[in-house]
Amino acid sequence: MRIGVITFPGSLDDVDAARAVRLAGGEPVALWHADHDLKDVDAVVLPGGFSYGDYLRAGAIAARAPLMQDVVDRARQGLPVLGICNGFQVLCEAGLLPGALTRNSHLHFRNRDQALRVERDDTAWTDSYDAGQRIVIPVKNGEGRYVGSPQELDRLEGEGRVVVRYVEGNPNGSLRDIAGVTSENGRVVGLMPHPEHAVEDLTGPSTDGLGFFTSVLKAAVSA
Amino acid sequence: MVVDVVLKPEISDPQGQAVLGALGRLGHDGVRSVRQGKHFVLEVVGTPDEAELKQIAETLLANPVIEDVELHLPSE
Repeated sequence: MRIGVITFPGSLDDVDAARAVRLAGGEPVALWHADHDLKDVDAVVLPGGFSYGDYLRAGAIAARAPLMQDVVDRARQGLPVLGICNGFQVLCEAGLLPGALTRNSHLHFRNRDQALRVERDDTAWTDSYDAGQRIVIPVKNGEGRYVGSPQELDRLEGEGRVVVRYVEGNPNGSLRDIAGVTSENGRVVGLMPHPEHAVEDLTGPSTDGLGFFTSVLKAAVSA
Repeated sequence: MVVDVVLKPEISDPQGQAVLGALGRLGHDGVRSVRQGKHFVLEVVGTPDEAELKQIAETLLANPVIEDVELHLPSE
C-alpha cells in the first residue's frame, strides 16, 4: 500500500509522517509539491510545518501548489487524504474541508500532549478507533483555532463531520472544541494534533496516533 | 489596486484585542476596539481588468470563510 507524503517548502513533519506510514505497515512515497505527479499512491498525507513560512495565511500558498490541483481532483473521486496541522490548514484553504484555522485565542504557540475524543470511527483515517475513545497525541500550533459561522458549525455537527474533539482542555480556543473534521464522504480528514508523533513509545506520549495510519491501509484496500 | 482584508465581524481577532490592551496600558482609554487586517498594493501591467482583480482578491488574498475584502481600484 503506497501512501504519499507531500513535501512543501517549509514542511517539517514529512519525515515523521513517512515513518508513521512505515510503522503502520505501509510504503511511504515522497511527493514534491511542484510536481504534477501523485506516483500512483493509494492515499496522501499532508504533513505539519510552516509551508511558505505561513505567509499570507497558514496553508494558503501551499493550497495553490501544482500538486494540490491533482490532490483536489483525486480527493473528490475518493482518494483518502489526511492533513495534519499545517496540512489541515492547507486542506481548508484548498476547499477540501470546511472552516478555517486562525491565530490561537491566547496568541501563544501551544505545545503539549493533548487528550482527544474520537467522534467518528468510520472515516478512511479513523476506522481503527472506536467512537468515544480517548487518545493522547501531541499538539503544537500557533494558528490552530478552528472557526466557522454558528450556522456552518451546526451543519457540520448535524452531519457528523467532527472527527476528533479536544477534551480535558482546549489548547487554542477552537470553537466547540473541534480538533479535526472530515469531508462529506469521510475520505478526507484534517486535524491540528499530530498522530505521526505518537507512534512509538520511545518518542511519543503514547502510540495512539498509529491508528490513523493503520486505518487508511484498510480504507485504501476497500476503495 | 489596493486591497484591504479584514476578519469578518463575527470572527474574533485576538491580535486586535492584544493591541487594544496595549493601548489601554498606554492611557488611550478612548479606543473602544481594534481590528487588525492586511493591506495589499498591486501594480498591474496595462489597463487593470476589474473582474480579474476582484477574483485575485477574493480567491487568494482573502479567505472568504473568515475574511472580507475591500477593493480600491485606481480609478476611484
